[in-house]
Amino acid sequence: MSELTHLTLAEARDRLVKGETSAVELTRAHIAQVEAKRHLNAFITETPERALAEAEASDARRRQGTAGAMDGLPIGVKDLFCTEGVRTTAASKILDGFVPPYESTVSGNLKKAGAISLGKLNLDEFAMGSSNKTSAFGPAINPWTRRSDPAAKLVPGGSSGGSAAAVAARMVLGATGTDTGGSIRQPAAFCGITGIKPTYGRCSRYGIVAFASSLDQAGPMARTVRDCAIMLGAMAGFDPKDSTSVNLKVPDFEAALTGDIRGLKVGIPREYRPDGLSAEISDVWEKGIAWLKDAGAEPVEINLPHTKYALPTYYIVAPAEASSNLARYDGLRFGQRVPGKSLDEMYAKSRAAGFGPEVRRRILIGTYVLSAGYYDAYYAKAQKVRRLIAEDFRKAFETVDVILTPTAPSPAFGLNENTDDPVTMWLNDVFTIPTSLAGLPGLSLPAGLSSDGLPLGLQLIGRPFDEETVFKVAGVMESAAGFDLSPEGV
Amino acid sequence: MAYLIEGETGAWEIVIGLEVHAQVISNAKLFSGAATTFGAEPNSQVSFVDAGFPGMLPVINEVCVEQAVRTGLGLKAKINLTSVFARKNYFYADLPQGYQISQYDKPIVGEGELILDLADGSTRTVGIERLHLEQDAGKSIHDMHPTKSFIDLNRSGVALMEIVSKPDLRSPEEAGLYLTKLRSILRYLGTCDGNMQEGSMRCDANVSVRPVGSTELRTRCEIKNVNSIRFVQQAIEYEARRHVEVYESGGEIRQETRLFDSGRGETRSMRSKEHAHDYRYFPDPDLLPLVIEQAFVDGIKAGLPELPDEKKARFMAEYGLNAYDAGVLVAEKTSAEFFETVAKGRDPKLACNWVMGDFFAALNASGKTIEEPPVTAANLGAMIDLITDGTLSGRLAKDVFALMVETGKAPAVLVEERGLKQVTDTGAIEAAIDAVLAANPDKVQQVRDGKTTLLGWFVGQVMKATQGKANPALVNELLAKKVQG
Repeated sequence: MSELTHLTLAEARDRLVKGETSAVELTRAHIAQVEAKRHLNAFITETPERALAEAEASDARRRQGTAGAMDGLPIGVKDLFCTEGVRTTAASKILDGFVPPYESTVSGNLKKAGAISLGKLNLDEFAMGSSNKTSAFGPAINPWTRRSDPAAKLVPGGSSGGSAAAVAARMVLGATGTDTGGSIRQPAAFCGITGIKPTYGRCSRYGIVAFASSLDQAGPMARTVRDCAIMLGAMAGFDPKDSTSVNLKVPDFEAALTGDIRGLKVGIPREYRPDGLSAEISDVWEKGIAWLKDAGAEPVEINLPHTKYALPTYYIVAPAEASSNLARYDGLRFGQRVPGKSLDEMYAKSRAAGFGPEVRRRILIGTYVLSAGYYDAYYAKAQKVRRLIAEDFRKAFETVDVILTPTAPSPAFGLNENTDDPVTMWLNDVFTIPTSLAGLPGLSLPAGLSSDGLPLGLQLIGRPFDEETVFKVAGVMESAAGFDLSPEGV
Repeated sequence: MAYLIEGETGAWEIVIGLEVHAQVISNAKLFSGAATTFGAEPNSQVSFVDAGFPGMLPVINEVCVEQAVRTGLGLKAKINLTSVFARKNYFYADLPQGYQISQYDKPIVGEGELILDLADGSTRTVGIERLHLEQDAGKSIHDMHPTKSFIDLNRSGVALMEIVSKPDLRSPEEAGLYLTKLRSILRYLGTCDGNMQEGSMRCDANVSVRPVGSTELRTRCEIKNVNSIRFVQQAIEYEARRHVEVYESGGEIRQETRLFDSGRGETRSMRSKEHAHDYRYFPDPDLLPLVIEQAFVDGIKAGLPELPDEKKARFMAEYGLNAYDAGVLVAEKTSAEFFETVAKGRDPKLACNWVMGDFFAALNASGKTIEEPPVTAANLGAMIDLITDGTLSGRLAKDVFALMVETGKAPAVLVEERGLKQVTDTGAIEAAIDAVLAANPDKVQQVRDGKTTLLGWFVGQVMKATQGKANPALVNELLAKKVQG
């Protein structure tokens, strides 16, 4: 393991700027780490040759003085972003052999900023899952292990599990993730890194394989708050190719890290303290509140009364949209086709062979809740509840500037746990889903370790398009937490 | 007169509602930048959005919105400033996304009206229920390979306006008039070329029947994708008679979709029960609600052309034309313009007679279009001027017109070349009359004895002697004087 892989993204950037290292050196070091950590199965597709060629070009740009904001920094791209000329799988068999002839806006923006992609990162199939276990390419593994049982493999969380594992294991300086109900924040918490789901509309969805269009949002995952701020700055921006992208100037997120949060009001929602919340989670939350108080912020108890309806609402809205979004995977124009005697039989066979059980489950649920006679009872009602949840937050933000909650109800669990009942798995996202339904920015940062040595995350939720306050508060908490522990063996 | 079907149990009335799919005139598709030219190489006008590739997103084409609003205004309809695109989900090989983006409960255009011009010159107003924007599907071609179907996605994503009438139509004839009038309005507005052969205007007819005097709406059948006005009328006629027969034999009509077989002139059931569709409409989460400003609508309104109904009224008021003639002339914008060019500064009734009569006949016979007419409006106008100033008689004018069609030359040139100028020189006409009278003394005597009907014969002889160039009025006048002595 090279010293270069232990730099944060910001540190590596600064060294490149000072000429203390080169993009090629950084890229080589990280490619070596990718190879050394292959057992974590974080990558679906590695692209080292491409990366080195890009690194050389990056060094040339730097010599010419035309380097971009992320020039020469090795990153990974969740395999849900279409990448021109590089296989894109969405971790599904149904996209077998699909090489997009186009680049997603977000990965394209990162490219334009000079970032160097080492390849495509593992995820739950079509981003549907909280463990990375639904991937058709096998699960990514969390680099962290329990002190009590170091041999037991743990999940990295999901759906951006490969991204979180790769960042935590120092294979990349940062990675793109996507978050529909917690898919950036929960794996960030499980792997002891930082990740932010920005406000819906901040990053373009163009070229990202769609799961649930009204919820999907891309965001960065990296080891520090500053790294995320740098990376989000490069990813975000209005895109006329996405009708839901918002035409707002991208602020200098890094500049928001002033360290001064005196007088800020931090909402602590009562509803996020359900009966049976583990003491460890509760404790780390209390610690977080104390840090903010020490830094001069004011904790305020708030109510988000419709919180308990968020999970069922999400599991109507997201599958409904998914059932329609995934209709295009029919074996006709790309991906896997299984012949049949009729068109319908070909559809049925191709889709049965191509989709895994979790994806099939959600397509069935989504189809059901949209069907005639059930639409009003499920989909229409869920939309109403969704508005109420958003309204809860709107009211809360009349009195507070940011909201602090735990990210997930537990630390990372074992590869063979939580498998008997899909609903147990879904409960992982109970704290992240309300933010997604409301379209608000949510950041998870590591706040401490569980008694068994696993990272625990806290979530900061901000006003729409106020990622700056979220970053600012997160920066203060990061300093207070002093979380610089690496997983064993990294 | 109401159109009724006489059954064994009494008379039946037909209730018809039409859904017209009109392809929007625009350079690009509804949600992608791909071109829309008709007849291009298969799959040459397809973007990744149209082909339903992963991660591709729709972006609304403002021109199509403008065209829909323009059409709505042309139909005197309510424009909804907020409308919503919804997904209509179903699987088919020529539907790459697995859903069609359409508008469901919040269309861009609400209720409006369309005025039918009936054959007797009277009018009848038919309600428009709504107009919404939607994507067209691609085309499946099943006859190019024994076991395979071919798919052409050029049409996939092209903007359509679905224009839905209220069930206000009562006869196949009215359905035909509705389509003709709608097409006329669309062409005036420049929002659809109305070409049914090329499929840029397609019609589904909803047909039911009820006993005369009843106000109930009975079960309807939908006849899909009929591609000519005549076939729409035939399909309705057949379908209505089928309903009457079913009811009168004690049966029930099942709500279903039917296809019209133009070869056999009959409709038949299209979809089997197990394929009953549940389209699972829901708002498209890739698109925000479509919000337009009143100022945008007002801007389009200010730029609207004079439409057929207003033009007809003006032709009647300004030119004194009857409702029928005015209706025929305004049916196509180009024929109305042709007429106005001819009529400008001239006797409008004369202009109308020539345009409606010889000109339209020549147009039909020549197979040409009014954009490249067999006789230009300027030449026809000049010819009417020659009639008015007495150079040509009506009879000579017909000859000149035929020569204009044949040669394309200006009327004055033809008159000069062929010596077709009307003779109004009384001396020359008198000489001709004298010669005819001298040659037929017995007939002159008969006239003088009271058989005045023979005068017509004399006129004919004089016209013959002057090769038709004599002014007929003068011949009549002079002849009468001379014969009577």
